[in-house]
Amino acid sequence: MIEKPYLHFSGISKIFTDPKGEPYPAVEGFELRVAKGEFVSIIGHSGCGKSTVLMMTAGLSEVVIGGIFLDDKLIDEAGPDRAVVFQSPSLLPWLSALDNVLLGVNRVYPHAAKETRLDLCKYYLNKVGLGKDIHKKAADLSNGMKQRVGIARAFALKPKLLLLDEPFGMLDSLTRADLQEVLLEVWNTEKITALMVTHDVDEAIFLSDRVVMMTSGPSACVGDILPISFARPRHKAQVMEQTSYYQYREHLIRFLEDGKDKKAAHGMVSSIGDGASHF
Amino acid sequence: MTEKIIGVMRIAGFNVFVPVIRLIQGENRDEQLKLLWRTIGIQGVTLGVFLGLWALIAPQIKTNLGQVPGPAQVWEQIQSLSLEYRMETKNRKAFAVTEKARVEQKRAENPGLEVKMRRYSGRPTFLDQIFTSLVTVFTGFLLASLVAIPLGVLCGLNRTLMSALNPLIQVFKPVSPVAWLPIVTMVVSAVYTVPQPWLEKAFIISAITVSLCAIWPSLINTALGVASIDKDYINVARVLKLKFSTKIFKIVLPAALPYIFTGLRISLGVGWMVLIAAELLSQNPGLGKFVWDEFQNGSSQSLARIMVAIFTIGLIGFILDRIMVTLHKWVSFGHGTAGA
Repeated sequence: MIEKPYLHFSGISKIFTDPKGEPYPAVEGFELRVAKGEFVSIIGHSGCGKSTVLMMTAGLSEVVIGGIFLDDKLIDEAGPDRAVVFQSPSLLPWLSALDNVLLGVNRVYPHAAKETRLDLCKYYLNKVGLGKDIHKKAADLSNGMKQRVGIARAFALKPKLLLLDEPFGMLDSLTRADLQEVLLEVWNTEKITALMVTHDVDEAIFLSDRVVMMTSGPSACVGDILPISFARPRHKAQVMEQTSYYQYREHLIRFLEDGKDKKAAHGMVSSIGDGASHF
Repeated sequence: MTEKIIGVMRIAGFNVFVPVIRLIQGENRDEQLKLLWRTIGIQGVTLGVFLGLWALIAPQIKTNLGQVPGPAQVWEQIQSLSLEYRMETKNRKAFAVTEKARVEQKRAENPGLEVKMRRYSGRPTFLDQIFTSLVTVFTGFLLASLVAIPLGVLCGLNRTLMSALNPLIQVFKPVSPVAWLPIVTMVVSAVYTVPQPWLEKAFIISAITVSLCAIWPSLINTALGVASIDKDYINVARVLKLKFSTKIFKIVLPAALPYIFTGLRISLGVGWMVLIAAELLSQNPGLGKFVWDEFQNGSSQSLARIMVAIFTIGLIGFILDRIMVTLHKWVSFGHGTAGA
């Protein structure tokens, strides 16, 4: 247990109202402590509420019971100290890649010289491998390229917390592998506390220091936590050579499979388990 | 290069000419000729059939002003109107010369005296009427847009404001210009008591009537466009805590631009229709007044002249619409993959 957490979920709950007006507890008693500089992934079945937890952390969705504390401050609204990389890249298609990053940078460093701000944007765009395409309109970039810009935009804000909402969910597996490496490379130099939601077991193991497994909703909460002890910087090929990799994998998949059985027992099987079995 | 020209043609809505360019470039002849036939060819045939039927049927109908004119009589009137225009221009120039001479002579005779230039008092030509109508419609359209777009943006962002204004919008939207006209006339006459020579009362009345009818499509479409902006974009604005003005100009307006232009296009179309009716009813200068004057004139050429006006109105309406479509396509670029 982390004694003095940087990010603390104090048993938070999210209760929606279903169309009939009945309360539906999506998340209940979610308790998690994250240390500064830690990379934590939340994994779970589709619709278990993991994205809800992330959106509450971003301040884009309201916490009903309990509170989320970042650096000892209660999160009560969205702000640029918590940068979000959305599942869809959410770039403004009418702006260039550079202007998309600049939009946030201008907001965070309003008093810096224009040159400094531009250099900052270019530095991160370069880091994610977009050096020569920075003046292209976002609409003209491929999905993989867009998500690179999305990552650059998040890091350029120099946030306290990086929130990643299934950031590679829309990409094909080759692009996804590339971008995982890019993300890890930038993250290694910045060590920004990161919280990522994913349903991809391999992605969670490769990127995280700890993987949080969420039980299936209703009343989803932390089911199990798996520390991943690979040394950093990590490289995909090296990580996959280790036997512990497959033990981690086994652990996570068993948790998800069990959850699936429970869900099936409730007659709630839908499109779950989509990420758990592909490798 | 060819592809560039063709791209421009496509945006401007001149798809019809794409095969012509490809033909000139010597690309697969047969296919392009076939395409050409399917567009220009068929349109030509339709036009021919229309003119033929018109020429056949029109002489059968007798009215108080003689028989309904066919294409030939209308063509005659087009020429006669253009001749009148040239004569008028010549007269105006001649008048300007003699008037200048008169004023100079008077000043020479009596240096202390203030001598005024007299204005030419000839009646407005057909081209003058077209010009007046265009100026009026754009003034009214501009007035409407200046109110509709900001108000629409606010409505789109704020559900409460939207539901507050909705009843008013729904009730006023279907009101015909003919109903507005008497009120606008009375109000303008009451408020604008000291008319200036450069701003005629009739012009204000027409422009305001156009605005009152053209405001609704732009307002509704802007509100709809702003309300249906991709939630991700709004989340970006929230995460970055953008200033209100930055949010409006960098996110809301660009995202809603295609919707806004759809609204503006409908508004301009409505405005043009309304203007002709308003001019006709209120005797305000413009194409509508031309139609009414010819009707009152009741000569044997009147009906043919009115038909010239009808074709002119239609053609100008078409051109205005094309301009708006082109602008719409132009601002919609970069929205193709907006959802991704």
